[in-house]
Amino acid sequence: MSPEQRAGTLPLLRVERLVKRFGGFAAVDGASFHLMPGEVLGLVGPNGSGKTTCINVISGIYAPNAGQIFFQREPIGGLSSHKLVRLGINRTFQVPQPFLALSVRENVEIAATYGAHNGGRADVEAILASLELDAYRSRAAADLNSAQQKMLDLARALATSPRLLLVDELAAGLHPAELQRVAGMLRALAASGMALLVVEHLMGFIGEVTDRVIVLNAGREIFEGSLSEAMRDAQVVSVFLGGGDVR
Amino acid sequence: MRRSMRYLLILGPVVIAFALLPRVYSNHLLLFNFVVFLVLAQGINVIYGFTGYLPFGYVGFFGAGAYGFSLLVIHLHAHPLPAVAAGAVSALLLGVILTPLLRLEGAYFAIATLAASEAVLQVISNPNLTDITQGPYGVRLSGVYAPRFAYGTAVAVLAFTFLVVIHLRNSRFGLALQAVRENPISAGMAGVNVVRARVIAWLVSALIAGLIGAVYAWYISVFYPETVFDLGMSIFAIVFALFGGTATVLGPLLGVAILYGFYNGIGIVAPQYFQLIYGALIMVLVLFLPNGVLSFARRWGLNVP
Repeated sequence: MSPEQRAGTLPLLRVERLVKRFGGFAAVDGASFHLMPGEVLGLVGPNGSGKTTCINVISGIYAPNAGQIFFQREPIGGLSSHKLVRLGINRTFQVPQPFLALSVRENVEIAATYGAHNGGRADVEAILASLELDAYRSRAAADLNSAQQKMLDLARALATSPRLLLVDELAAGLHPAELQRVAGMLRALAASGMALLVVEHLMGFIGEVTDRVIVLNAGREIFEGSLSEAMRDAQVVSVFLGGGDVR
Repeated sequence: MRRSMRYLLILGPVVIAFALLPRVYSNHLLLFNFVVFLVLAQGINVIYGFTGYLPFGYVGFFGAGAYGFSLLVIHLHAHPLPAVAAGAVSALLLGVILTPLLRLEGAYFAIATLAASEAVLQVISNPNLTDITQGPYGVRLSGVYAPRFAYGTAVAVLAFTFLVVIHLRNSRFGLALQAVRENPISAGMAGVNVVRARVIAWLVSALIAGLIGAVYAWYISVFYPETVFDLGMSIFAIVFALFGGTATVLGPLLGVAILYGFYNGIGIVAPQYFQLIYGALIMVLVLFLPNGVLSFARRWGLNVP
């Protein structure tokens, strides 16, 4: 971590007027936001508001149609995933995407091997233990239940020692005790200096984990601030609950 | 490295057996064909087992190798060994030209490679190219005919192919390839350069087929374009590899030993029922063991080499 980052004055990630179109439909339509090192930013909004597409573009799965993305001041829009991973960006998936035929340990091992950057190699066993996957290390990833597969996604991401972690609906489908544990884990990651961008529908989880939220609607941000402020914002409320046109 | 040693203990004897068998078994052509299919099945294993791409037109690389070899012998009167290298390079070049096909998936990729192989065949057997390729009239290489030397070279290619597959089975790169096969997006997020990994596997499998194609041309020394671009060879290699179980070292080996063994056995014992028995056998196996013979062992929790 560079001194200026430690001071927290420069954003780690800056997204400017980002546009991603699918055919004639703009899933992300000019969204702008930024993220500081060690910050947990929530990305909320109704279904189809472009949250996951934002994450997909930032993680290199899609190239943006317009707008820019800066990571540590370097433009990264359109770079392929493996390059972004080595710059220090990683993510989890809404629907877990493990390598099903490979063992749990191999799943994480690959990321530790190929995603290593600035010299360090992650401690695979420690990561497995911290996510309570160590008991399954020799089992095929296909044998895990969906909550465990989500943890395996997270383990794979952590094995590349990211500085920016994009978390796409990690909490959905977890039971309350697991939710508590995951929330604590994400806070601990942030405390270690990692920046997190969290997409989530569970507002309780968002409130517990995030420092700040961006509310997206139709691919554009309509609010920025704390979750409690967002809940009092007339436009945000109308977007989530429907109702008359506030403008 | 101890794991690799275990493979060498299994595969070393196979290579040595094929090197020595011609002394005690007189049907050398059959032995040679076994070696050819062992190599081709492992070549399919490299591209399909480790990346999930199934090239029906795999024989195109075999034919490219055979013709690369032949052109060097016919036009430059080259020694067979450098001509084998030329065959390998021809197959590699064809592989490079066909890399854009890797953008396709599944059946589309399979069919596109099939079309590519047919296209190469049509170009080579074009009567207007008779001065260069001998066109449809086939190649005669009686000047370099040396079946013993060629057989020995084929066994060397087999050993090389085994080493490649052992490496893939045990190396980080092999694991990365399997990750790409399982889920390319996640492989990217694990830091694997997905495009590069696929291209490397593709070219390695092309190289393997090109090498053995070149040696095949040398061994039989008289052949037609249809002989070395015979889609039946692709199908056989694929069936053998799948039957044994891909992404393992032993699977394709078992597949060739059992199925090609049966194939020749039935051909001798009951030639009139040959197609029927062979077809039924393959159907039964596909129905009950879709992941190959070795899936039995995996079901019992064995780690198959």
